[in-house]
Amino acid sequence: MKRFTYVRAVSIDQAIESLSVHPDAKLLAGGTNLVDLMKYDVSTPTTIIDINDLPLREISETADGGLRIGALVTNSEVAVHPSVARHYPLLASAIFAGASAQLRNAATVAGNLMQRTRCSYFYDVLTPCNKRAPGSGCPARTGLNRNHAILGASQLCVATHPSDMCVALAAIGATIIVQGPKGVRSIPLADFHRLPGDAPEKDTTLLVDEVILGIVLPPVLEHHRYSYLKIRDRLSYAFAIVSAAVLLTINDEAAISTAQIALGGVAHKPWRNTAAEALLIGRPASRVNFDQFASMLLSGSVALSENDFKIDLAHRTVVRALEQAASRTPQSQSDKRVH
Amino acid sequence: MDQEQTVTGKSIFRIDGPPKVRGEAKYAAEYNIPDLLHAYVVTASIAKGRILSIDLAAARRFTGVVEILCHKNRPWFWPVSFLYKDTAGPPGKPFMPLYDDRVYFSGQPVALVIAESLEAARDAAALVDVMYETEQHTTDLAASTAFKPRKHRIGVAPVPHPTGDADRAFAVAPVKIESTYTTSPENHHPMELFATTVQWGDKVVTVYDKTQSPKSVELFLKVAFRLIRRKVRVVSSYVGGAFGLGLRPQQSVFLAVMAAKALKRSVRLVLPRDHMFALGYRANATQTVSLAADKKGRLQAIRHRAVAATSQFEDAQDPMLLFSASIYRCDNIKLTYELAKLDTVSPCDMRAPGAATGMFALESAMDELAYALDIDPLALRLANYTERDQSENRPFSSKALRECYAQGSGRFGWGKRSHAPRSMREDKELIGWGMATGAWEAAMSPAPARAEVRLRGDGKFEVTSSITDIGTGTYTILSQIAADALETTMDRIVVRLGDSALPFNPIQGGSWTAATSGAAVQSACRKLKSTIRSRAKQAGVLERRQGAELLSASALVDLLKLQRGGKLSATATKFSLPFGKNFSSATHAAVFAEVRVDEELSVVRVTRIVCAVAAGRILNPNTARSQIIGATVMGIGKALHEDAAYDHNLGRCMAHSFGDYHIPSNADVYDIDVVFVDEADAQVSPLGVKGLGEIGVVAVAPAIANAIFHATGQRMRDLPITIDRLARARSGAS
Ligand SMILES: Cc1cc2nc3c(=O)[nH]c(=O)nc-3n(C[C@H](O)[C@H](O)[C@H](O)COP(=O)(O)OP(=O)(O)OC[C@H]3O[C@@H](n4cnc5c(N)ncnc54)[C@H](O)[C@@H]3O)c2cc1C
Ligand code: SF4
Repeated sequence: MKRFTYVRAVSIDQAIESLSVHPDAKLLAGGTNLVDLMKYDVSTPTTIIDINDLPLREISETADGGLRIGALVTNSEVAVHPSVARHYPLLASAIFAGASAQLRNAATVAGNLMQRTRCSYFYDVLTPCNKRAPGSGCPARTGLNRNHAILGASQLCVATHPSDMCVALAAIGATIIVQGPKGVRSIPLADFHRLPGDAPEKDTTLLVDEVILGIVLPPVLEHHRYSYLKIRDRLSYAFAIVSAAVLLTINDEAAISTAQIALGGVAHKPWRNTAAEALLIGRPASRVNFDQFASMLLSGSVALSENDFKIDLAHRTVVRALEQAASRTPQSQSDKRVH
Repeated sequence: MDQEQTVTGKSIFRIDGPPKVRGEAKYAAEYNIPDLLHAYVVTASIAKGRILSIDLAAARRFTGVVEILCHKNRPWFWPVSFLYKDTAGPPGKPFMPLYDDRVYFSGQPVALVIAESLEAARDAAALVDVMYETEQHTTDLAASTAFKPRKHRIGVAPVPHPTGDADRAFAVAPVKIESTYTTSPENHHPMELFATTVQWGDKVVTVYDKTQSPKSVELFLKVAFRLIRRKVRVVSSYVGGAFGLGLRPQQSVFLAVMAAKALKRSVRLVLPRDHMFALGYRANATQTVSLAADKKGRLQAIRHRAVAATSQFEDAQDPMLLFSASIYRCDNIKLTYELAKLDTVSPCDMRAPGAATGMFALESAMDELAYALDIDPLALRLANYTERDQSENRPFSSKALRECYAQGSGRFGWGKRSHAPRSMREDKELIGWGMATGAWEAAMSPAPARAEVRLRGDGKFEVTSSITDIGTGTYTILSQIAADALETTMDRIVVRLGDSALPFNPIQGGSWTAATSGAAVQSACRKLKSTIRSRAKQAGVLERRQGAELLSASALVDLLKLQRGGKLSATATKFSLPFGKNFSSATHAAVFAEVRVDEELSVVRVTRIVCAVAAGRILNPNTARSQIIGATVMGIGKALHEDAAYDHNLGRCMAHSFGDYHIPSNADVYDIDVVFVDEADAQVSPLGVKGLGEIGVVAVAPAIANAIFHATGQRMRDLPITIDRLARARSGAS
């Protein structure tokens, strides 16, 4: 670990100022990702700005019936909050599908949004990696890539975003509220994470001197159905190979009236295709329609040397999650049986 | 004393539990010594080549750094590798850290930073800049040429000679199968990190080390580092698991002592989890098994060829084919054991070394044969049951495998199984029931095990032995044995273990500790008891009523005072003669597994395992059961999760933590039901004990693979059985 200066921010403005002064500084929230990255010398900030004293721990209802969740609210607190449990059970379910109880107790909303890929080369400084050391190469492309991207990857990087929470937020259509020297702005979740393109070192569109204040969830969809289905290499405590977050409403005529579906584990960001979702509207919630949707959602997917199975698995996962949602039997995160 | 009153055989909680929970049990990294220095290893990033240069300048400038050792400035040590041989080492040249500029494997130590604090050592290590000249490497078993090892590893039985004519018998048999199976390299990963704390002294060097053999580490260090004029004492009072990785003196102890000797200071080295991937692994293997049977299922031919990984510098060997020659009755057997060299560290023994891998192939093949014959897999095993060890042509000292099959299948409900694959289903999941046979050698150690028991001034008996307790319950069972042999209660027994200054014991491995060290303790205690009895008689203090203790504590103290030199003690030595036995001995197990497979999504749950074990006398059902449960979980890992994840382009193991080296999580472990089958055996060891360390893991992976076949109709021949493999098998079939 590189030696660093530790600063404890007392105000949001001060945190922003510190970031502007020290461009290689890092904000410290729960520390569950950042500290690991520092221990492995993957992240080598010279300044750590601890933001845990900032007033960003509130969950409050917004004027239009949505929910605002502060950046420092822990993943556990989000998941068990009565409003979240009642109105956004998809979000709670996705959070419970991730990490372990101890990690969820420490991890924060902002930290989860900002967590970095789990590509094993990225974590190993004795190997090349374009994301960690731009220009050094991408050994995953020809090496171990069974859990890498099938969508939206670039020549330079085929990593995936590992978060579960963000997949649910993508389906829900959350907005990220950030503040920088020029003031506050909001970034739709869909625009927050980026594809690797020719700058895989950049995960998000957050600017270096911006602080995440929190997220805003749009008003609740009445009578919605949902499921979060995560497929992983063991039944708990593993990152997704693929995951699907599904929000559906079905009207009295048994036709789909809204459909918001995101995939995790397949790309550098949670994957959504609103054009494909639009085609579901007005159609019955049937296997045929779900299959068609899944094919469209996954159109353009490209397999690497080891992850061909993911394309089909992603298809099956999203279809199953849609069925679970439609039948009002969302995937349980404690009973590991998939139904 | 009648059986009812003995504590041996009773479920006693671990006596080392409370000190462990209270933090009083000290592990190698926990000894605090004044002026201790801390070391950290710099590891190689390439798999093969030479070190061109090492730039230490930046690291040396780092505050707190005391010294940095590499091949250029390390202290002198013997340039001849045979002096580094250890009792568990295979033929070849043992790896000597920092010896010269050669790199043999990725992750190899290339420099050692020693500093005032762990943090300084670690952070300075990141500043060491090494330039390499790389050479073409191979870490892919499939790309390496197989050869027959020229020299056999001592202690590993050579592959049995062929019997009959397996090729001909195979050719003419009416029913046959031939399949190839692969397994991945697995790492041991005991929870406790490998660590060594060296207390350097002018007369005595005390080495607190994580090892399964303080004695062999002591001998190794004395020779390797010419510590002739100093007394070397190796202490491993508590060992947080080892699974075989501690059988040989590890890189950690070598480097820590090297640093201590160079600086004449006390040094601690704790290897981080990441570095533990380069200490040794269960050899991955490619195996082809051919089985032929007559129409009734009687085996006509067994051919089993294994190619196992080894390093460039040693021919690691383990008994992979041992049971292929002896577990089933068959007249025509041909076994071939070969190695293939990889640019990795040497593989080393890992729980049920060889057998766990070999039996995965053999027991999968038996299941394939059962389906080729269209008979029940358990019935096939029974049809080929043997009461004799045909490979040695002698009887078994005992063999209750038949009872394992009967009790295991009974508890599991095997009788209700429908034979056809894909015939059991509940909701979206296919259900599969599979079984497999397990075996492991039951032997006493060929090297002598000594024990001493001494009456202390407080009336307690102190039992000492250099054997370690690697978490298996050795402290507890030795206390039980001693209490019974001395006809006293366990609270009057104090056991001290894991110290090379204590009476000699061999490595704690091979499942022979309970049988050998236990027998030595029993014998020493019996001797002391009879001494006490006769001395008490002479002194006229023997007061003996039926069922009462031999002597009260106070009477013993009085007796002790009467002794010349104030000492009452006894020692005993036990070992097994390596020759002249007219019987074979093995532990056996029958494992029955239920899996539920969501076929569409390739998700597997192992919902039920019954493991019936015949292992002679069970000294403590509590610790015994824990052993089997732990081994079963390890078997689930072998079946479904564990893989060191080599990038063959880089020649590097890419698993660096438990985040990417998956072992089963709690959610992956459902019901595990352990049954110990009665098995009396007067021959195998004086206590009738066969040992339990390895047997639990052997049959788990094949039972799960066979259950997956029963569930899905897909024969999974490559371990671990991951989602991608299942998905490919399914799409290949449809
Ligand atoms: C063993 C393990 C298993 C895991 N399994 C899963 C899993 O299955 N699913 C899953 O989704 N996640 C998993 N995680 C990841 C976990 O969710 C993240 O580590 C966690 O969410 C990060 O939150 P944190 O508050 O600890 O962030 P930190 O580590 O403190 O910070 C992470 C990043 O966010 C930045 N940051 C923090 N707050 C702000 C802010 N307000 N504004 C701007 N930037 C900020 C930091 O500077 C840093 O770059 C796992 C982690 C571990 C260690
Ligand atoms: S996939 Fe991305 S993160 Fe992984 S090695 Fe390639 S560049 Fe690095």
